Amino acid sequence: MYNFDFVKPKTLAEAAAAMAGDEAQALGGGQTLIPSLKARLASPTTLVSLGGIKEMVGVCTGDDGSTCIGGATTHGAVAKDAAKLYPALAKLAAGIGDPAVRNRGTIGGSLANNDPAACYPSAALASGATIVTNTRKIAADDYFQGMFTTALDAGEIVTEVRFPVPEKAAYIKFEQPASRFALTGVFVAKYKDGVRVAVTGASEGGVFRWKEAEAALSKDFSAKALAGLSASADGMITDLHGTAAYRAHLVGVLTRRAVEAAA
Amino acid sequence: MPKDHGIGASIKRREDVRFLTGAGNYTDDINIRCQAYVYFLRSDVAHGKLNKVDTSAASKMPGVVRIFTGADFAAVGGIPCGWQVTDRHGEPMKEPAHPVLAQGKVRHVGDPIAAVVADTLEQARDAAEAIELDIQELPAVVNMKAAVQSGSALVHDDIGTNLCYDWGFVEENKAAVDEAIKNAAHVTTLELVNNRLVANPMEPRVCVGDYSRATDDHTLYTTSQNPHVIRLLMGAFVLGIPEHKLRVVAPDVGGGFGTKIFHYAEEAFCTFAAKACNRPVKWTASRSEAFMSDAHGRDHVTKIELALDKDNNFTAIRTETYANMGAYLSTFAPSVPTWLHGTLMAGNYRTPLIYVNVKAVFTNTVPVDAYRGAGRPEATYQIERVVDKAARELGVDPIALRRQNFIKPDQYPYQTPVAVAYDTGNYDATMDKLIEIADLAGFEKRKKASAAKGLLRGLGVNCYIEACGIAPSNLVGQLGARAGLYESATVRVNATGGIVVMTGSHSHGQGHETAFPQVISEMLGIDESMIEIVHGDTSKVPMGMGTYGSRSLAVGGSAMVRATEKILRKAKKIAAHLMEASDGDIEVKDGRFHVAGTDKSVAWGDVTLAAYVPHNYPLEDIEPGLEETAFYDPSNFTYPAGAYACEVELDPETGRVTIERFAAADDFGNVVNPMIVAGQVHGGIAQGVGQALMEGAVYDDNGQLLTGSYMDYAMPRATDVPFYQVDHSCVTPCTHNPLGVKGCGEAGAIGSPPAVVNAVLDALNSGGIKIDHIDMPVSPSRVWAAIQKAKA
Ligand SMILES: Cc1cc2nc3c(=O)[nH]c(=O)nc-3n(C[C@H](O)[C@H](O)[C@H](O)COP(=O)(O)OP(=O)(O)OC[C@H]3O[C@@H](n4cnc5c(N)ncnc54)[C@H](O)[C@@H]3O)c2cc1C
Repeated sequence: MYNFDFVKPKTLAEAAAAMAGDEAQALGGGQTLIPSLKARLASPTTLVSLGGIKEMVGVCTGDDGSTCIGGATTHGAVAKDAAKLYPALAKLAAGIGDPAVRNRGTIGGSLANNDPAACYPSAALASGATIVTNTRKIAADDYFQGMFTTALDAGEIVTEVRFPVPEKAAYIKFEQPASRFALTGVFVAKYKDGVRVAVTGASEGGVFRWKEAEAALSKDFSAKALAGLSASADGMITDLHGTAAYRAHLVGVLTRRAVEAAA
Repeated sequence: MPKDHGIGASIKRREDVRFLTGAGNYTDDINIRCQAYVYFLRSDVAHGKLNKVDTSAASKMPGVVRIFTGADFAAVGGIPCGWQVTDRHGEPMKEPAHPVLAQGKVRHVGDPIAAVVADTLEQARDAAEAIELDIQELPAVVNMKAAVQSGSALVHDDIGTNLCYDWGFVEENKAAVDEAIKNAAHVTTLELVNNRLVANPMEPRVCVGDYSRATDDHTLYTTSQNPHVIRLLMGAFVLGIPEHKLRVVAPDVGGGFGTKIFHYAEEAFCTFAAKACNRPVKWTASRSEAFMSDAHGRDHVTKIELALDKDNNFTAIRTETYANMGAYLSTFAPSVPTWLHGTLMAGNYRTPLIYVNVKAVFTNTVPVDAYRGAGRPEATYQIERVVDKAARELGVDPIALRRQNFIKPDQYPYQTPVAVAYDTGNYDATMDKLIEIADLAGFEKRKKASAAKGLLRGLGVNCYIEACGIAPSNLVGQLGARAGLYESATVRVNATGGIVVMTGSHSHGQGHETAFPQVISEMLGIDESMIEIVHGDTSKVPMGMGTYGSRSLAVGGSAMVRATEKILRKAKKIAAHLMEASDGDIEVKDGRFHVAGTDKSVAWGDVTLAAYVPHNYPLEDIEPGLEETAFYDPSNFTYPAGAYACEVELDPETGRVTIERFAAADDFGNVVNPMIVAGQVHGGIAQGVGQALMEGAVYDDNGQLLTGSYMDYAMPRATDVPFYQVDHSCVTPCTHNPLGVKGCGEAGAIGSPPAVVNAVLDALNSGGIKIDHIDMPVSPSRVWAAIQKAKA
């Protein structure tokens, strides 16, 4: 690690002020950031820890019925506190990493990082969530802009994520054998006005919506509706753990399984 | 009722109290006043010419004590190799220099170029970033078969080839083997890869060098399985320090699995630098450093042919193996693909003719050396995979084919055609036991239940034999070992009867502190709590060879038995004197010495007190005191053997394999602590399952390690393995050591990979998907790709 200053503000306003400093960086649970600091791959001058900001922690139901999760809420808290409000989301959170990771890592950190194999981006995109920051609200469809890239401006803080609650949903993650991130993961969410299917882990462009499957499932929310559909391997990731063709194949299998599991 | 003490009792491990409560004392826990820290600047290219290493700016950085480069080690020796293999033509293997810090060239990613010693580790890292390097990248040698073609780039220019040796065994049998294969009724051929593994002990390597200017004494604390071996190799071959001025301590060690046997450059560096800087110097490997500097394991590419006659009797085996040595010869690297592999190619079978060819190859990768099982897993995997394939080709039951070819109980001692002679065994017994504990009778029912879920269920069975309890020194000397492989023990009885055993074996998870006292307790009839085990410190323990090759109880335990026998002989003399009886009439029972046929007795404590307070003592016959040392050199290897069964479920849609059941029936000879033995088998199977399904170190064509962290190197976790059924009740005691024990540390890792892979192939083939072989790790993507290919 290189040396840095550390601040732990109590309010969002203080945090925003601290983030305005040169080369300041937000610290959520540190599950991604601390290892990269240790490896000397990042060198912020100030780390702004968000964990002490009460308004950024917790799960609640918004006026419009959506499930609202504070940007500094840990995966462990979501797994527990969203279990009744949005079971598929809670289950996704419960499947991230291991207990230590879940008790530290946060939804804001996960969405800000936008790892192409992370779980949360698929939930946010499939739910048509709104990412609330200290300056604005961003629709999930506009937020994810390719692997490790988001619509966030420098210094912008994810303060809350609002998930419209679907009638039925499920997330199926096929684990990469080593990291246990998603080799491919599919989140299917059925709303009154249609079905959304988001895929993580598979594409070089990061999380994406599988529009063909959405159209078919919006007409008929059943595994049968997917018969004959297959995702294209173009632009999918090939690495040690699977080829593009394998990932494209998994997209089809996991989407079907998610539909079957949706509750 | 099961025994609650002595041999055969499942006593809980006393060392676990400190391990599980954070009270262990590992090398990283050792901090010496004024110690400095070293950071190694390592090569990030696989192969390159070192044009410049400029440390001038870095040397002026805050906190820097001194920066060392290869030039600082020009006057000392290189890291030695402990085993010399002689090739097919009678020539010694090629043995290139292995400098402590790179000289002239870097040869693998991770090769240390410079070492910065500073007040803090962060200061050392800062300074390392300021070192100016000019490395001219050279083509990387990665693929073994390409490496031995003419025109390949050379890892070591001075030896003119990448071929370390071309070994034939038994060379005299080659023509007969070729002939037998030509005339066979059936030949099954299989090409396979034994995947490269990284041992990944929980504790990474650490060393602390210390030096006393006052006495000119050196001390090295290090994460080692064999501190005396390190003292000998480093003292004699690298730094020129005699044993009496060099102390090596290996305190609590958090797992070794072979990778902590070897003498590493970092150990020599810390010892050397402590004197050069006149300050203790500490190094703790990061996990990333461990991946690119711990010796890796396995990495064989093999073609095996099994010949059978018309009645399905095995008539010959012929193999050709390319074995990766990596960039330098690690301490025992040359022995692994040769003497630890070729000599086991008979397996459990009566194959009369065997020829093994091994080409050991240098590549621009981390050195490869022994890893749990070392050579024997590679042998077992080949044999048990090819036998399974033969059974499928011939349409016969794989268990029946094995039984038909077993060495039978009345054939011991059995001289194999590959030098070793098995002293004892009973392979039908362990196979019968396996069939029972694995509930093979219930398999078809379970298969149907899997099918109802859309899953393919497969059953894989295999046998294994290994040679351990290494080793007879005179024999290994002939085979090229540059060390003896005896073991030592000193049994020190204190005045009030407590005992301290100084053993040359080293415990890094094996439970010696619990099991060794059980043996003495059995011999003397005293409580285990009166016995303490000391190990891992060359200043306390007589010259010992350490722990690997499942040798601790078979060799180290035997030395302890011999020393305890001497204690008993002397104690009986003292007891006889105290009771005015003759030595021959003294019997030991329940911790007392009795005069046979009388009610006269003295307690153990009376005798030990007399030895140290010799007021009434036969001083004219024997010396005071009660302390004995013994060195034990075994007369043969021991040959644990057994049969393993694995049941998998395979999802044909995704290729994912899960292990549903795993059973192991082992013959380890006599068992001292069944619970510890079961634990060793469990751990070994977990590593074997890891190799079979998950693990694999992969280099790209440029020699970059693609699996340099746990993000890409897949380690098995508790959820990846089932509850095991293990049994070690089939006992044929070893015939040549005093305890009749064989060793159990490696069996699980040796016996399990073929069971897993055989099960996967059974699931596929019995499910109508015809596939001959899938290389390890049998990952979901590989299984899926194989299915696609089979369907195409
Ligand atoms: C062993 C392990 C296993 C894991 N497994 C999984 C898995 O299966 N699935 C999965 O999805 N993830 C997994 N993760 C990642 C984990 O979910 C992390 O928690 C997450 O990626 C980052 O969250 P964090 O709160 O730790 O963020 P940090 O590491 O603190 O920060 C990550 C990045 O986000 C920025 N940041 C943090 N919070 C905010 C905010 N509120 N607003 C704006 N920017 C912010 C930081 O500046 C930094 O750039 C795993 C991690 C580990 C270590």
